[in-house]
Amino acid sequence: MIERLMENAAQFLLLLILSPLVTGVIRTLKARLQTRRGPGILQPYRDLQKLFSKGMVIPETASWIFTVTPWVVFFSTILAGLMIPMVAGEAPLGLFGGVLAVIYLLGLGRFFLALSGMDSGSSFGGLGSSREMTISALAEPAMMMAIFTVAIGAGSTGLTEIAGAAIGQNWRFLAPSQMFAFAALSLVLIAETGRIPVDNPDTHLELTMIHEAMILEYSGPYLALLEWAASIKQLLLMTLLINCFWPFGLQPTWLGFGAVVGIGWLLAKLLLLSCAIVVLETVNAKMRLFRVPELLAVAFTLGSLALISTFLF
Amino acid sequence: MIAALFLSGMIVWLAGASASLALWRRPANARRVGCGAALAGSLLNLAASAAAIFSASPVFIGLPFGNPAFSWAVRLDPLSAFFSVTLAALAAAVSLYSFDYLKGMEGRRNLGAFGFFFNLLLLSVALVFTASNAFFFLVAWEVMALAAYCLVSFEHEKKKARDAGVLFLIMSHAGTGLLLIAFLVLASACGNLDFSSFHLLASRMSPLQQGTVFLLFFFGFGVKAGVVPLHIWIPEAHPVSPSNVSALMSGIVLKTGIYGMARVFFDFYGTPPLWMGTVVLGLGVASALLGVLYALMEHDLKRLLAWHSIENIGIILIGFGAALMFRALGQANLAALALIAGLYHTFNHAMFKGLLFMGAGSVVEATHTRNMERMGGLIRRMPVTALCFLIGAVAISGLPPLNGFVSEWLTYQALLAGFGTTQSLTRLMFPIAGSLLALTAALAAACFVKAFAIPFLALPRSPEAADAREASFTMRAGMAALAVGCIALGLGATWFVPVFDPITQQTLGVRSSSALVAAHGWALSPGRPHGGTISLAGMALFFLVAGVALAIPLALRWRRRSVRGPAWDCGLPGLTADNEYTSTAFSKPFRMIFSALYRPRREIQAEYEVSPYYPSAIRFESEIEHPFEKRLYNPLRDRIMAAANRMKGIQAGSINLYLAYIFITLILLLLFGVRG
Repeated sequence: MIERLMENAAQFLLLLILSPLVTGVIRTLKARLQTRRGPGILQPYRDLQKLFSKGMVIPETASWIFTVTPWVVFFSTILAGLMIPMVAGEAPLGLFGGVLAVIYLLGLGRFFLALSGMDSGSSFGGLGSSREMTISALAEPAMMMAIFTVAIGAGSTGLTEIAGAAIGQNWRFLAPSQMFAFAALSLVLIAETGRIPVDNPDTHLELTMIHEAMILEYSGPYLALLEWAASIKQLLLMTLLINCFWPFGLQPTWLGFGAVVGIGWLLAKLLLLSCAIVVLETVNAKMRLFRVPELLAVAFTLGSLALISTFLF
Repeated sequence: MIAALFLSGMIVWLAGASASLALWRRPANARRVGCGAALAGSLLNLAASAAAIFSASPVFIGLPFGNPAFSWAVRLDPLSAFFSVTLAALAAAVSLYSFDYLKGMEGRRNLGAFGFFFNLLLLSVALVFTASNAFFFLVAWEVMALAAYCLVSFEHEKKKARDAGVLFLIMSHAGTGLLLIAFLVLASACGNLDFSSFHLLASRMSPLQQGTVFLLFFFGFGVKAGVVPLHIWIPEAHPVSPSNVSALMSGIVLKTGIYGMARVFFDFYGTPPLWMGTVVLGLGVASALLGVLYALMEHDLKRLLAWHSIENIGIILIGFGAALMFRALGQANLAALALIAGLYHTFNHAMFKGLLFMGAGSVVEATHTRNMERMGGLIRRMPVTALCFLIGAVAISGLPPLNGFVSEWLTYQALLAGFGTTQSLTRLMFPIAGSLLALTAALAAACFVKAFAIPFLALPRSPEAADAREASFTMRAGMAALAVGCIALGLGATWFVPVFDPITQQTLGVRSSSALVAAHGWALSPGRPHGGTISLAGMALFFLVAGVALAIPLALRWRRRSVRGPAWDCGLPGLTADNEYTSTAFSKPFRMIFSALYRPRREIQAEYEVSPYYPSAIRFESEIEHPFEKRLYNPLRDRIMAAANRMKGIQAGSINLYLAYIFITLILLLLFGVRG
C-alpha cells in the first residue's frame, strides 16, 4: 500500500516535472531545424513560473464553469497519466482504469475545455470548441481500432498488461499489425495534441487556431494550469505510444536504482519520438480544417489494416 | 409481502387516475391528487420490484376472474422486476417534478384528464413489464399506447401536437400488428398464451418460422424502441408533449420495446442462429450513429434530446446483439457480460434522459421557447437546473466518473472479447461496432457541449432568456434526485452489478457478478483475469482529494489576484449576444464533413442599398434532408393514400348500396357455411 502510494507520488512528480521539458525540447529542436536559435529548452518552465506569479482577468460574462475548467482539465490529465506505465512496467493506478479510461478521462477534460471556450461569449472560443470537438470525434474511431488491435493482442485493456505483453519480444513492433497500429496511433497523437498538420500550437491567427482559441480568455495561473495540462497530455500520449510498442527498459518496479535506468530509457525514447515529431512538423504545412478528416480517414484505414493483419499474418 | 406491495401500488395508481378525473373542475386538487398518487404508487412499486429481483422464485399474482386462455395475471420474475424498478425509479422523480411543473397549466388545461392519463400510463407500463401471458400483455400494451397518445397530444390546440400524436398512434399500431402475428404463431405452436410456456419455444420451431417470428418481434418492438428506420415518430412526439411526459416517454415507454426484445431474445429463444445477433448488432450501430448525427443538427433542445434517445437505444441494442451472437457461439459468460452492458445502459438512460428532459422542461418553461438560439446565460438565472443538466450531459456523453461510462465500458469489453470467439470474418463486426461506438460517444460529447453551452453559458440571446426564473422547488428536487442517481450508478457500479445476477441466471444460466467485481468491491473487471479494471469510486476519490488539497486553497489564493474584465471583442464596442457562437455555427463543421448524409440546402439573401459589401439585412435559411422520411415513408404514405382513394368508390353513402353489401356478405357466408 505504502509502496503503491510512493509509486504514484513518483509518477505524479515525473509527469509534472518532465512535461514542460518535452515541450521545450520539441520547440528548441524545431527552431534549430529551421535555423533559428530558439528560446532554450527551459523556457516552458520560465513561462509557467511567470504565469503563476501573475494576476488574472476573468471575463465579466463567464460563469463558474470558467474557473472550474482548469482544475478539471489538469486533474483529469494527471489521473490519466497515472494510469499508464512510464518507468515501471506496472502502471501505478492501473487498478483505476486502463486505456479506455485514459481516453475517456482526456475526453472529460476536453468536454470542460470546450464548455469554457463557449463561456465567455466571444466567438473565438466557440470557434475553437466547435473545431476541437469535431476533430477529436473524428479521431476516435481510428484510435479505437488501433487500441482494439493492441488490446486484443494482450487480451486486456489494462495498460500494465498491454505493456507486459510486449516486454521480452523486442522485435514484435515490426509485426505488420503492430506497425499499422503504431502508424494509426501516431496520426491520432498528432491530432489530439494539436500539432502540425492538424493544429499549430504556436499560432494565434484567428482563422487557423483550435486549442489556442478555446483558452484565449485565460490568463495568469489558470492559463498556466491549462498550458501545463496540455504539456502533460502530450507527454502521456507520447509515453503511451512508445511504451505500448517499444517497452524496452521498463523496470519491474519504481523502487531502487532501477528507477534511474528506467527514467533514462524513457528520456531516450521520448527524445527519439520528439525528433520524429519535429521533422514531421517542419516538412509539413498546416492543413485546411476540412482536409483533416481525410488524414483521420487514413488513420482509420491504418487501424483497420492493423486489426485485419492480426489474423492474416 | 411483495404481492401486497405490488398490488397496492397498482391500486394507488388506479385510484389516483379516477380521483383526479373526478376532480377535474378543481385543477389544484386534481394536480395534487394526480401527482401524489403517481409518486406513492411509484414508491410502492419500487419497493415491490426491488424485492422481487432477489426473491427466490418468481412472484405470481393472479386475479380471480378471466378464463384459462385469457387470464389476468402478472409474474414478477427477475427480468420483469428489473424493468419495473427502472420504471418506478424514474416515475417517482418525474411525479415529484410534476407537482410544480403542472402548476403553470392550472386554469389553462384540464389537469384532471392529465392526472388520469399520467397514472394510467404508469399503470399500463408496469403491467406491460409484468404481464404473464400474451393476451394480457397486448391489452396493457394497447392501453399504454392510448394513454401515451393522449399525453403526447395533450396540448391539442397545436397542430404539431395532434400530428405527432397521430403519427405515434399509426406507427405504434403497425408495430402491434406485427406483435400480434408473432404471438399467434407462438401460441399456435404450443396451444397456450402463457409466457412461461413460450420459454425456449421459439428455438424448437423450424428455421423459417424461427426467423419470421424473430423479425416480427424485432420490428414490432423496434417501433416502440425507436430502432432506425422505425424511429421517425420519436423526434416528432417527444418535443411537442409536456416535458414531464417527454421524460417518461423517452425514459421508460421506449424501454417497453427493449423489454419485449429482452423477453423474446433471451427467454423465448434458446440458442439463436448467429444471423439474428448480427441483425440486432448492425441495426443497433446504425441507430446509435444516425441518432447522434441528426441530434447534432438540431437547435430545438427537446428534439435534440429525442434524437439522443434513438442513439442510446442503439447502444443498448449493441449490447443485446453482442449477447445474442455470443449465445449462438456458445459463450454464456460473454453473453452475460453483453446483456449486463445492455441492461445497465437501459437503466442509465432512464436516469440521465429523464433528468435531461426535465431540465429542458424547466428551461422551456422559463424562456417560453424550445429554440436554443433564443436562450443563453441561463446558468446565472437557473443555477440548480444548470448544474443538474450538466451532470446529465456528462453522464450521457459517457464520461467518467458518471454512470454512462460504466455501461459503455462494459459494452467495449464485450465487443473486445468477441473478436476471439470465432474464426470467421463475422468477428470483424465486433471491433467495427466498437470503433463506431467510440465515434458515437465522441459525437454525443460534441452535441452535449452544444446543448449545454448554447442555452446555459455566455450572454442571453433574447429578453425572455434574460428574465428567466429558476424552476420551483419540486422541479429542482425531481432533477436532483435523478442527478444523484447518475452519480450513484457511476461511483457505486460494483454494488449495482450483483442486481443482474438473478437476471443472467434466469436467462443464460450464469451468475457473473463475482467475476465482474474485483479488488474487494473497488473496481470493475470484464470478468476474466488480467482483463483490465476500472474504478470510478477511485477516480472520484482522486478528484475529491486533489480538489480539497490543491484546488480549493490555491483557487482561494488566486482569487485575490483576479479581476473581472471584458472579454476580448476585437476592438468592437463591447461584446453582445450577436457576437456569440450559435448552435448552427457550432455544428457547421459536422454539417460540412457529413454533407453526403445530410445533403444540406442553404439559402442566403442579402439586402443592400449601396454596395453588396455593406448589407442592411441578411436572411439565412438552412435545412438538412431526412432520408428515411423522404425515401421510405413519404412514398409509402402516398401509395396508401392512393389505394384508399381508389377504394373510396365503394363508399357511395347510399343506404340501399350498403344493404346490398350486407346481403351479399350474408349469402357468401351462408355458402361458406354450407360447404364447410
